[in-house]
Amino acid sequence: MATAAAHNTDHHHEETFVSKYIFSMDHKMISKQFLITGMIMAVIGMIMSSLFRLQLGWQGESFAVLNFFLGDKWAPDGILDPNMYLALVTIHGTIMVFFLLTGGLSGTFANLLIPLQIGARDMASGFINMLSYWFFLASSVIMVFSLFVETGPASGGWTVYPPLSALPQAMPGSGMGMTLWLVSMSLFIVSSLLGGLNYVVTVINLRTKGMTMTRLPLSVWALFVTAIIGVLSFPVLFSAALLLIFDRMFGTSFYLSDIHIAGEVLEQTGGSPILYEHLFWFLGHPEVYIVLLPALGITSEVIATNARKPIFGYRAMIGSILAIAFLSFIVWGHHMFITGMNPFLGAVFTFTTLLIAIPSAVKAFNYITTLWKGNIRFTPAMLFSIGMVSTFISGGVTGIILADSALDINLHDTYFVVAHFHIVMGLSAVLAMYAGVYHWFPKMYGKMMNRKLGYAHFWLTFVCAYGVFFPQHFLGLAGVPRRYYTNSEFPMFDEFVGLNELVSIFAIVGALAQFIFMFNFFYSMARGQKATENPWGSNTLEWTTPVEHIHGNWPGPLPTVHRWAYDYSKPGKEQDFVPQTVPLEDGEMDGGAGH
Amino acid sequence: MVTFLIIVAIVLAGLAIMQLMRVFEGTTKLKGGDNTLPTNSENIYQSRMMLAFVAGYFIFFAWLMAEFGDKLLPESASEHGVVLDNLLNFNFAIITLVFVITHVALFYFAYKYVFSSERKALFFTHSNKLELLWTTVPAVFLAVIIVYGLNAWWDITDDAPAGSLNIELYPKQFDWTARYAGSDTTLGASNYNMISGTNPLGLITKGSIAAFTAELREEVVGLKEQLEAAPKGGLKEEELTETIAKRERQLKRIATFESLNEASLAAGNDDVLVKNEFYIPVNRSVNFTFRSRDVIHSAYMPHFRAQMNCVPGMTTSFNFLPTFTTAEMRQKTGNDEFEYYLLCNKICGAAHYNMKMVIKVVSEEEYNNWISEQKTFAESFQPAEEGMTEVNQPTGNEISMIEQ
Repeated sequence: MATAAAHNTDHHHEETFVSKYIFSMDHKMISKQFLITGMIMAVIGMIMSSLFRLQLGWQGESFAVLNFFLGDKWAPDGILDPNMYLALVTIHGTIMVFFLLTGGLSGTFANLLIPLQIGARDMASGFINMLSYWFFLASSVIMVFSLFVETGPASGGWTVYPPLSALPQAMPGSGMGMTLWLVSMSLFIVSSLLGGLNYVVTVINLRTKGMTMTRLPLSVWALFVTAIIGVLSFPVLFSAALLLIFDRMFGTSFYLSDIHIAGEVLEQTGGSPILYEHLFWFLGHPEVYIVLLPALGITSEVIATNARKPIFGYRAMIGSILAIAFLSFIVWGHHMFITGMNPFLGAVFTFTTLLIAIPSAVKAFNYITTLWKGNIRFTPAMLFSIGMVSTFISGGVTGIILADSALDINLHDTYFVVAHFHIVMGLSAVLAMYAGVYHWFPKMYGKMMNRKLGYAHFWLTFVCAYGVFFPQHFLGLAGVPRRYYTNSEFPMFDEFVGLNELVSIFAIVGALAQFIFMFNFFYSMARGQKATENPWGSNTLEWTTPVEHIHGNWPGPLPTVHRWAYDYSKPGKEQDFVPQTVPLEDGEMDGGAGH
Repeated sequence: MVTFLIIVAIVLAGLAIMQLMRVFEGTTKLKGGDNTLPTNSENIYQSRMMLAFVAGYFIFFAWLMAEFGDKLLPESASEHGVVLDNLLNFNFAIITLVFVITHVALFYFAYKYVFSSERKALFFTHSNKLELLWTTVPAVFLAVIIVYGLNAWWDITDDAPAGSLNIELYPKQFDWTARYAGSDTTLGASNYNMISGTNPLGLITKGSIAAFTAELREEVVGLKEQLEAAPKGGLKEEELTETIAKRERQLKRIATFESLNEASLAAGNDDVLVKNEFYIPVNRSVNFTFRSRDVIHSAYMPHFRAQMNCVPGMTTSFNFLPTFTTAEMRQKTGNDEFEYYLLCNKICGAAHYNMKMVIKVVSEEEYNNWISEQKTFAESFQPAEEGMTEVNQPTGNEISMIEQ
């Protein structure tokens, strides 16, 4: 708070290049740093997926491009090595879940939106905020570096279950690559915690005058609750990682017992790999919502703005965010139905998991109702948001099946699961992240992105995304296991050779389409049309700040808030939006709040 | 293939660049025009694309159903699997309905309510009635799903009925061994400390203890000789000392098994170990237990709708009643080469994708014939030969030794 108070309006200090662009403590710059770092990581993760899709689409065939990226060691004669295949899926998962959709998504939008939308001059602690980014960068660098160690990067799947990940003799990727993975993740968790604490404290303490909790935009609500979930669950992953490091390096046996590997009896006894699974998923499931809630928050904002209509059921939306957050902590066991857990426990987790469908359904119906009788402008951001609602539903409904412990028996770890979580979590969050970038680009860079390229990007991405993941439900229902280097060992999967090829073509075209976005992003940053202060006609506070970024956000005193964020198309008003800073007229009710 | 892909890539890149050029020509023409909000024609075009998309999405779904709907798993070959398939279909009916209704609404509204400067959107902030409706309706459906699902779950996870056939599935990187309890219907005791080239599951019998103890002692003697010859204070000396200590600790652990009671020590003798394929009789419940030698594996038998993780350090179990023989299933599927498979479904290393066993479901009579032809553990167990110390090498020898 001291930092924010010190930066008073007319007090503007000169900044050097280093303090402005590199060791910046300004939330807007840190937000851009998170975004660019996340994008670089995403490109790496995406290229990896294209590489292993080549193998899965045309199994055992030779591709010069594989040899180009992976070299003679991991793709001799252009044929992917099975160990490298596992490494690719592992690092792809790690990068996408953590570096893009946790660090990249929350890091970008929590930093950008929280201070701007609550009317604060900056985060509660600019220094901790900067530290959060630098830990994130360090962990990204280490993760990328791990790709180049001799035995290859971590390869035990993104969940890195021991004993596979604990024993270097179990697979090459469990050597140095795994050590670096654990170091990288530990730094990542530190980054997440520093960021998360800052977001929570900022939302609680630095809201401007009149910005009550029930006037907060849903984006801030979502980012706020996300940060709370992260702060409560990431330490558990940290302990899981720490214990795994101990098992790997110091001969402890938290996760190891009764193992005979590479011709030797291991002397560690008494541990259990299941303990790791519990610790991992205690973070791992809330993590899904750490990824998804910001996406839902962004979507709420973009849909309301571009439908020119208040978000339907504002309070119900907050309620469902809170319900989802609470439930997310008591469902982790549904990842472990077939680990031999007590059937009673399985039943409890089935029950709690299916409960999540209720607040999720409320959210989906509320989005649809928001569109009903709206006045919809199809900006690229709006397209991505509508796409997000579609993937949220398409992926969400299959969750009902997987939540059922009995049905999970036959679908666990098959492509049905791959399809489910990629659609409901991966696609939803990625589409929403794009929506966020298109929507707030004018605020981040003071320029407009090219709309036509945005349209091309959306349609290619959206169609290809479904083309990749929708058919995978069928693979799963046929019993095809995930993480198989090839399916050719089982004649029962021969029917799906063509389908796998189709999926791979969609994946590669979809990946190429992302370069349209990259081009648009950097081109617009340099040469895009100059943005106006409030290009979309939004109500929220960030659009009352000047286009050119200034330290402290508002040139004059902080704005005062008089109403909720969703007075779009309010009867009796001339314009179809009423910014939050406009005082209520005599007898005017404040939005959806209060009645 | 490579050239084909390169050509595709070049064509795509060319198309993309052409498209870019056109776009930029378009934008420069609009010089001075405001590029912020979509134009009317863009809005209308995109709204129509919404309809086109949802139609295309449904067509894609229908095409996949038509093309692959009959190539999924065949009719369940286990009793509980039928229940599961019905449950799955029931769930699918509900979620497909929800999926279709919500998608029609979502994309139709997006199409219908396209922007017009002539009108304003409806200021509709909330409706307690509506929200109550779509809280309670999903809740009711979920209640049904939960009750239905958990009923199935209790039945499936129930203990195996008396008279079940006991089989242990034992995975390691990267193969499976199936162990039958033998005539005493009891699986003999086992321990990972007992694993050797001739005893891949580490069964504890009087014979295996004696043989393995002798083997390890001999190895220790050999190591001690090497130690004396090794230069003092070197790395080699340290290594050898450590290995000797390790083997001696293992010997001590093995010595404790001798105090097991006679019955336990005898139970393993008639156990039968098989690789590559195993037989089960039709219409008799099979009680599978699972352990693992090294990392987590998962025993997945999709045709029987059965799966259970195999976790080192613990024993898990799953039981089911197979209802169709392999021959019957071949008839049903019209595929003369149809086989039931056991797959590994938990990432376990490089050859994870190739860790399998064929499951033969046969008549009780065929099963009895087959099992009587198999060698018991006592018969197949050949103590290591004199001087053979490198029994711990994890080689393919184990397989052939057992099968001989």
